[in-house]
Amino acid sequence: MEPVLAGYGGEMSGYFGAYALVAVFLAIGVAVVAGALFVNRLLRPTRPTPEKLLTYECGVDPVGEGWAQSQVRYYVFTYLYVVFAVDAVFLFPWATVYAAPGFGMTTLVEMFLFLGFIALGIVYAWRKRVLAWT
Amino acid sequence: MNLMLAPVPAGPSLADFGKDPLWISIIKAVFIFVFLLLSVMFGVWMERKLISRMQNRYGPNRAGKFGLLQSVADAVKMGLKEDLLPRTVDKVLYTVAPIILVVPAFMAFSIIPFGPMVSMFGVETPLQLTDLPVAVLFVLAMASIGVYGIVLMGWSSRSPYAVLGGLRSSAQVVSYEIAMGLSFVGVFLFAGTLSTSEIVAAQADGGTWEIAGLSIPLPSWYVVLLIPSFLIYAITMLGETNRVPFDLPEGEGELVGGYQTEYSSSLKFALIQMGEYVNVFTVSAVSITLFFGGWRAPWPISMWDGANVGWWPMLWFFIKLVLVFSCFIWVRASLPRIRYDQLMAFGWKVLIPLNLAWIMLVATVRAFRVEDANRGVIFTLAAIVLIGCFGIWFRFDTVLQRRRENRAAEVEAEFEQLRDEPEAGGFPVPPLDLPHYHGADRKEVPSGSN
Repeated sequence: MEPVLAGYGGEMSGYFGAYALVAVFLAIGVAVVAGALFVNRLLRPTRPTPEKLLTYECGVDPVGEGWAQSQVRYYVFTYLYVVFAVDAVFLFPWATVYAAPGFGMTTLVEMFLFLGFIALGIVYAWRKRVLAWT
Repeated sequence: MNLMLAPVPAGPSLADFGKDPLWISIIKAVFIFVFLLLSVMFGVWMERKLISRMQNRYGPNRAGKFGLLQSVADAVKMGLKEDLLPRTVDKVLYTVAPIILVVPAFMAFSIIPFGPMVSMFGVETPLQLTDLPVAVLFVLAMASIGVYGIVLMGWSSRSPYAVLGGLRSSAQVVSYEIAMGLSFVGVFLFAGTLSTSEIVAAQADGGTWEIAGLSIPLPSWYVVLLIPSFLIYAITMLGETNRVPFDLPEGEGELVGGYQTEYSSSLKFALIQMGEYVNVFTVSAVSITLFFGGWRAPWPISMWDGANVGWWPMLWFFIKLVLVFSCFIWVRASLPRIRYDQLMAFGWKVLIPLNLAWIMLVATVRAFRVEDANRGVIFTLAAIVLIGCFGIWFRFDTVLQRRRENRAAEVEAEFEQLRDEPEAGGFPVPPLDLPHYHGADRKEVPSGSN
């Protein structure tokens, strides 16, 4: 437990030390970008006119609300993405350990079954013509 | 002796991280930021210059020698230019979205190994900001967060084209991200780890493959060993970064500028561009780390003893990065943009199934080297995979054949019909039975008086 506690102790060491560094890096990143935007705000001119404040469509004045209805397909694709991303996340730890001693053939067969089910999912989506665009 | 374990790491491994004093970490973090900012500036210059040469023109050549300062001039201009904030946009999200896009792009670079252990101001430290046991997963996670930036940019702009561009882009990026994640699995199967420094170490020497008493030396870079994985990754990296030929989110023929339409010309636009370029550098650096041996010198140089120690590896890494980025530019100069339904169909119907099959194949081949392996089970599995592949191939071959024949028959029938009545089919041809087509003996009908 020692390294874990050391990670909480504010030092850049131990298991959580690596993640703390990522957090620090995130903080620096946000600070740099936000700082740039803030300085930009001080330096840039602002002379708005009604024409400048319109959204752009194709050169003529925009028509309607500015919101477009779109196909439900985008939603289906993101839904499929969630399934397959979880699938990939399950594959990663398996790929790292399955050759290690003590796992053996059972691990391989299990993953084949799992991939089989996943493949069935994509075949189902395919068959239901979710993947086709028109 | 267990042959399945990855070779002994020759460079830094996970255990070498998390020991830096804070100031060393800050130096590394600042270095990464400066490196990426300069890379974006000169990457843009290089892209414009190289693509101009490929298109037989000069490219930027006014600002500075060879136009080198062109990007600097653009950045200064964008920093000082008026920022148009359209009246209808969602102001908070409109401002935050570019930050959500650009910051994760930078963060993904924190786990990229630039080199081995070096002595930095008397401290022994690896040339890498940090490494995680799940480093590659972290890159994928950062790429996913970047998608929020794209969606929110489109959504907050309150403009139909921007919304459509954002949706398109997010659907495309998430689709290609799955194929990308799956193409990593082969690497993990061989390296046995997700940590980037250890994947580089695993590519130090290829090891040997004992089969039937022969010992075959394996190539050390995974690009040779896992070429299908690499090819799929190379395609997904274009799709993931919205580059040509997959740059549909910015398809200016259809969507104006896509999700960035309302970010007309201000610093926010510069941030978006920066995020896109940093993403390109990130996927390039990941490809180098996972497939091209990371910072390790290529073969002729690696015969020199000093090639893989000290600061030299950073140079090999930069050279590899420039080469991979040049390939992006080369592709951009060569290929047209593909259609959106083809893009999605390619991702879901070709890349992902191929990837799953390839993973199964690699796992089966790899299982031959497990000591307590049951050969019967492995051969059964291999047979199942092969029969499945052939079954799918035959099925699609027949379906495609049938489709092709139907299509040919349809076209033939249409020609047949057109021969009889030329104006059929609704295509606006001038009616061929107008009076003035009926020979010279009939008086021509003038279109007007003159």
